[in-house]
Amino acid sequence: MSQLLFFFILFPLVAFLATLFFRNKEEKSISFIVQLITGLYIIAALLLIIVWGANGFTPINEHLVTLYQTNGFAFVLQFYYDQVTAVYSIVGALIFFLVARFSRFYMHRDEGYKRYFNTLLFFLTGYNLIIFSGNFETLFIGWEFIGLSSFLLIAFYRNRYLPVKNAFKVLSVYRISDIALILAMWMMHHLTHQNISFAQLSEARTMAVELQHNGMAIFIASMILLAALAKSAQMPFTSWLPRAMEGPTSSSAIFYGSLSVHIGVFILLRMYPFWQDITGIKIAIIIFGAVTAIIASLIARAQSTVKTQIAYASAAQIGLIFIEVALGFHVLALIHFAGNAFLRTYQLLVSPSVLNYLVHHQYFHYKPAITSNNSKWKNTLYTLSIKEWNLDSFLFRAGWMPFKWIGRRFNFMEKKPAQLFSIIPAAFVGFAVSNDSSSMEMIKEALPIVSLSIALLLILYSFNSRKSASTAWNYLLLAHFFIISGIIENRDFIEWPQILMYGTGILTAGILGLVCLQKIKAIDNNINLNQYHGYVYEKKNTALLFLLSAIGLLGFPLTAAFIGIDVFFTHIHPHQGFLITLTALCFLFLELAAIRIYCRIFLGLHKKLDHPVAFRSS
Amino acid sequence: MTNRHFDEQHVIHELKHYLPSQQALKDFIHHNSLHAFQQMKFYDAIFKASKIFGFQVSLQLTEFRQLYKNGRIKDEVLEMVIANKKGNADVGEWKRKLIYRDFDTINHPRIGKLRRYWKELYSFDLDNKVHPLLYRILCSFLDQGIAIDNFPIANKSFLESIKDIEQNSFASFFKTKKVRQLFLNGNYSISELLKIIVGKEEFFEQYLFDQQFAHHGWSGFISAVEDNPQTLLDRKKITLQELIVFELLLELDTLHHELGNDWQPLANLVAEPPTDLFANIPKTALAEVIELWQDAFEWSYYDTVLAGILLAKRENNIAMVPSFQAIFCIDERECSIRRHIEATDKACETFGAPGFFGVEFFFQQQGSKFYDKLCPAPVTPKYLIKESVVTAKKNNEPLYTKHTHGLVGGFGLGITYGFWALIKKLQLLFQPAMSPAISNAYAHMTNGSVLTIENRHVADQENGLQIGYTIDEMAIRAEGFLKGIGLLQSFAPIVYIVAHGSSSANNPHHGAHDCGACSGRPGATNARVMSFILNHPKVREVLATKGIVIPAQTQFIGAMHDTAADVIGYYDEEILQAENTAQHNFNKQSFETALNFNAKERSRRFSSINTKNELTQVRKDILNRSVSLFEPRPELGHGTNTLCVVGRRSVTKGLFLDRRAFLNSYNYQTDPDGIVLTNVMKPIGLVCGGINLEYYFSRVDNIKMGAGTKLPHNVMGLFGVANSSDGDLRPGLPWQMIEVHDPVRLLVIVEHKPSIVLKAIQSSPEVFEWYKNEWVHIAALDPEENWFYYFKDGAFQKYRPVSGDIEFIHDMEEFIEAAKEMETNHITHATKENLPVYLLNQTNS
Repeated sequence: MSQLLFFFILFPLVAFLATLFFRNKEEKSISFIVQLITGLYIIAALLLIIVWGANGFTPINEHLVTLYQTNGFAFVLQFYYDQVTAVYSIVGALIFFLVARFSRFYMHRDEGYKRYFNTLLFFLTGYNLIIFSGNFETLFIGWEFIGLSSFLLIAFYRNRYLPVKNAFKVLSVYRISDIALILAMWMMHHLTHQNISFAQLSEARTMAVELQHNGMAIFIASMILLAALAKSAQMPFTSWLPRAMEGPTSSSAIFYGSLSVHIGVFILLRMYPFWQDITGIKIAIIIFGAVTAIIASLIARAQSTVKTQIAYASAAQIGLIFIEVALGFHVLALIHFAGNAFLRTYQLLVSPSVLNYLVHHQYFHYKPAITSNNSKWKNTLYTLSIKEWNLDSFLFRAGWMPFKWIGRRFNFMEKKPAQLFSIIPAAFVGFAVSNDSSSMEMIKEALPIVSLSIALLLILYSFNSRKSASTAWNYLLLAHFFIISGIIENRDFIEWPQILMYGTGILTAGILGLVCLQKIKAIDNNINLNQYHGYVYEKKNTALLFLLSAIGLLGFPLTAAFIGIDVFFTHIHPHQGFLITLTALCFLFLELAAIRIYCRIFLGLHKKLDHPVAFRSS
Repeated sequence: MTNRHFDEQHVIHELKHYLPSQQALKDFIHHNSLHAFQQMKFYDAIFKASKIFGFQVSLQLTEFRQLYKNGRIKDEVLEMVIANKKGNADVGEWKRKLIYRDFDTINHPRIGKLRRYWKELYSFDLDNKVHPLLYRILCSFLDQGIAIDNFPIANKSFLESIKDIEQNSFASFFKTKKVRQLFLNGNYSISELLKIIVGKEEFFEQYLFDQQFAHHGWSGFISAVEDNPQTLLDRKKITLQELIVFELLLELDTLHHELGNDWQPLANLVAEPPTDLFANIPKTALAEVIELWQDAFEWSYYDTVLAGILLAKRENNIAMVPSFQAIFCIDERECSIRRHIEATDKACETFGAPGFFGVEFFFQQQGSKFYDKLCPAPVTPKYLIKESVVTAKKNNEPLYTKHTHGLVGGFGLGITYGFWALIKKLQLLFQPAMSPAISNAYAHMTNGSVLTIENRHVADQENGLQIGYTIDEMAIRAEGFLKGIGLLQSFAPIVYIVAHGSSSANNPHHGAHDCGACSGRPGATNARVMSFILNHPKVREVLATKGIVIPAQTQFIGAMHDTAADVIGYYDEEILQAENTAQHNFNKQSFETALNFNAKERSRRFSSINTKNELTQVRKDILNRSVSLFEPRPELGHGTNTLCVVGRRSVTKGLFLDRRAFLNSYNYQTDPDGIVLTNVMKPIGLVCGGINLEYYFSRVDNIKMGAGTKLPHNVMGLFGVANSSDGDLRPGLPWQMIEVHDPVRLLVIVEHKPSIVLKAIQSSPEVFEWYKNEWVHIAALDPEENWFYYFKDGAFQKYRPVSGDIEFIHDMEEFIEAAKEMETNHITHATKENLPVYLLNQTNS
């Protein structure tokens, strides 16, 4: 059984690695591997259903491997399989197979043929990690995989402006869901004092009730809801979905038509045992679902472009699925998910046909519009729908402006980077003081907050900087040391292996990133963050290395820093609300700041105009 | 051109002149992407356009050098070109310059310089704040049927509609009350708005150019709709002036909203003087080098063609009476099918004529609420031909229904049709078949339907159009048509008039694959109409009085070749007399064989098809390709078009031209004074030159002048495509259509005396402009001397080809199978797929 389960993770990953070794023009080999894997995936998914059925349809819970173990904390890869997984795996398998087959011809001779299939396989790995996950840690790895592959496919046409801008926009919403998930994990760990598996969710719920930790339970459930809302393009995040339609039509079909966008539904279903009797959460889910269903439908009605129309219509249906999940109609929700996924994939894949089909339709069915004065309300709704109910600008203003504002206050840091680096020792002095038993409790309490505040400010500065890229990158690196010292200050004893694991991971990524930036500096002395430079056009490998160092710097799963971060979080206590907020914000903006540097230096319009460079608006 | 004084009408006029003029995609009309510069010489024009708008207007220097390295640009031709332009003495020095010298190839365009200051001075992005909303409003206003809720107030002009909505709504498109009020009061003009936003009058023109060219796709489309409202089925009243006003208001609104009162008019803070966008540019050394490379690239091919034509054996007379005759469109895609049909039935004869076959009219499908123009774009017909008695039912595709986008419908259909969509997907992948979702060339006019070709009486009119032609009107068209192609005697028992169209799936640019001479539509109706006319006894009577005697046995049959699926459909076969029916059935077999070979020849460029397979298998694969939703290249359209031969078939019959030549039949013997030639030459520049230059510019700068890759395209309002939800419209051709194209200008070869040809092209300034300004090359083949004269600097001069031997093709099948496919679509690889000229060994094939 566990071999079969393991197959779902291992094979796409192996295929991903295998396709890396081909050149772009070896299309047949690349698509053969992808077809093989997706074909096998269908067979394995069916086989698993049979095996599962033979065992009486009882959920399967498999402990695969412990990656890291310390007292009170275990990082375990764990699998879980029930009817939700069964439906998600079979729908996923079919859609993957069909889209891979479609893309095999569709993508022919694209400059990014290989990159496309690489990313697709990486996404498949992430998708499987999520739907087969048996605990938060496994799920979280998949969550991050999907986030990164989404970003890469939206920015697939990486030397144009809009794909890069929108990819970053989507990434920033995804990042909110990442952090929400981390916070849920963190609180869950404090609630149960262990790394629980999904099979134990109802126990965890009982525990919360018995220990009268209802607040903790509500916090966890709310964070899960937040993660689901962001990932499934529900209110108020809906406006990212139409903007994600930047990549090849086939990738939009698989990500935003079907699989990726339904992951929010999955996590709600998966966590259902935990929140099923928290009435407040149920009501919240229904409200968010209903509001999305109504407003997204209204917006869909006013859309005059085919892909955005499908996007909003799909988001509205997912709103309904949320309601179904909350009401406990899970079979219906699963059927609805499958139907909606198949329908929207199909509609997106054939969306270019709409021009011919509907124009033809107009020839025979056209009725001239009648001049009628719409009611004031109808006009109002229409105007609002054209403006997408200001969702896009709302998110920007409410979500990011405050932090941009803070970041801007620290523009002076640009001028004295060298002096600021000398704070590092100071940070460690702070650590030493906190380690000194004679020091006062109050300082001990305040120190981690001070360290993390400095870290956050450094990160926000980088996030907002329009000046030198290397300075911004250095500050991100520096911020990590403040985070480390903050966490250490918050601990009674130090576990050096963790620090080492974390520190080396960060340092390697940081130095690698600096080397990449130096390489670009060698050809262009002015790599500021005020514009896009598009250097991936002439420095593909450097761009790839920098991307790797960026995700290394933010502790992406599979990098050394990841486990460190995960452990660190558990060291913050539930009552330290301010500290956890600071830490969460640090990790939220860390990723955005690092990827922003990647975007600005390597993606977008190429700076050198000695070859055709796209118009900004195209 | 920049005036201190701002003249609104003048600037709008200038803007309209320079903006791209692509109409709605449903009828794709090819045109020169740089038509605005056509009054200048080609090289001066393209380098100027490049400096102003930042276009790449030729291949890049490095690409030319690579082409030279791999032999695609020939050394002897390069030397000839340099010697001709720079004199014999400097050949060595120029060659070194071309091949080795370093040049600064960076091009900073003039457009956009002023607008950039918004970001530099106020560090906020005006475009980002204004464009998405502006595009969305424009797209909703112009929408042809995607949205479920239409723009609320129809039948009014753009600004009036918006005003109506604003007056009667609780929400507003504007963010500030101040600007909304300004808009509602109507107390503004473009000058006044510019005064507030830009300040100094001398910057106004530059600002408007920057503003409109920041989204040249949308602006160009709106300008096109203003000039040709009929490009939209659901007509809309909008002008470029309204767009500018609205955009200025939105800009002002954004400035107030973002910056409050904390800003000054842009020009107040700009130290630089205004840029004269259209000021002359000095010729740079780089431009001279590019010019030589481009000439050398072009002549490396042309020269072999001219050499080949001189070398090929010319058998002037086939049989006295051919087994059958077939008149195809001049389209270069028909070049190969003609070769194959001639090889299959050696006694047949083929012709090429512009694919509207001399009959211009509007066509109304049965049940259709609109007319389709079936003739070249600049012509406005006075006739209407209506279709009736169609029995076939039009199918719908339920998965396209808009109900899936509603909340309840989406739910109901999602959990039911959703699963059917899965089946449909499996089907589309593994069993591609024609469906309502696919653009079907044969669906435009139904076989067996009745057409109102003959006018009953002159008063029979509809909407100002005469229904059908009178006998005299028919006879005039019949005479012109037959004289144009020189078919005046030796009529075969059956003469096929073969139109063309193209079926393709998932292809918003399908119109670009249809017949250019029929305004981007399938030409089947024209073929049927001309056949009807030529079969009409009364028309034949009139023709006989003019000396064109069509034997009673001769019958004309309309047909259509689907250039993507390689299928030929025949119309009105039942009219054939008994003996002709038998002959027709035999001929059909010949056409089938020719189609098989044609499919094979085309398949060499398609990696999804194994060219070495059985003929029937290859044919089936080609057919499937045209109905495959996953196939972005159902066919390659006009890709590789380079030549246009106006003359008898015997000029080209002995040559393999790799589907690169428009072939227009013309017989100089029947037109010694060139009177017919004048008419024949009229559309060549506009149609063939337009196609060629659109391919040229879409090829050299696919991301600015072309539409970029098709894969991310999003259909906007059923009239255009953009790359994303917030993108600009993309005029031009997508990457998938131009990747096989060698960007070279068209070479027109006319078989007649140079003096006659010169007279013909000088007949009107519009025609002459193409040749005089070198947008199209022209050479005359003097039939008596059998020698070429090339038109240069106003006169025809003798041209002696430098290419040596031209090789023979002995076995066409083997030859096609051996041809290599491109490794990547980079020009240096892609061009290798285009085969050189070969002589055909006609006795063997």
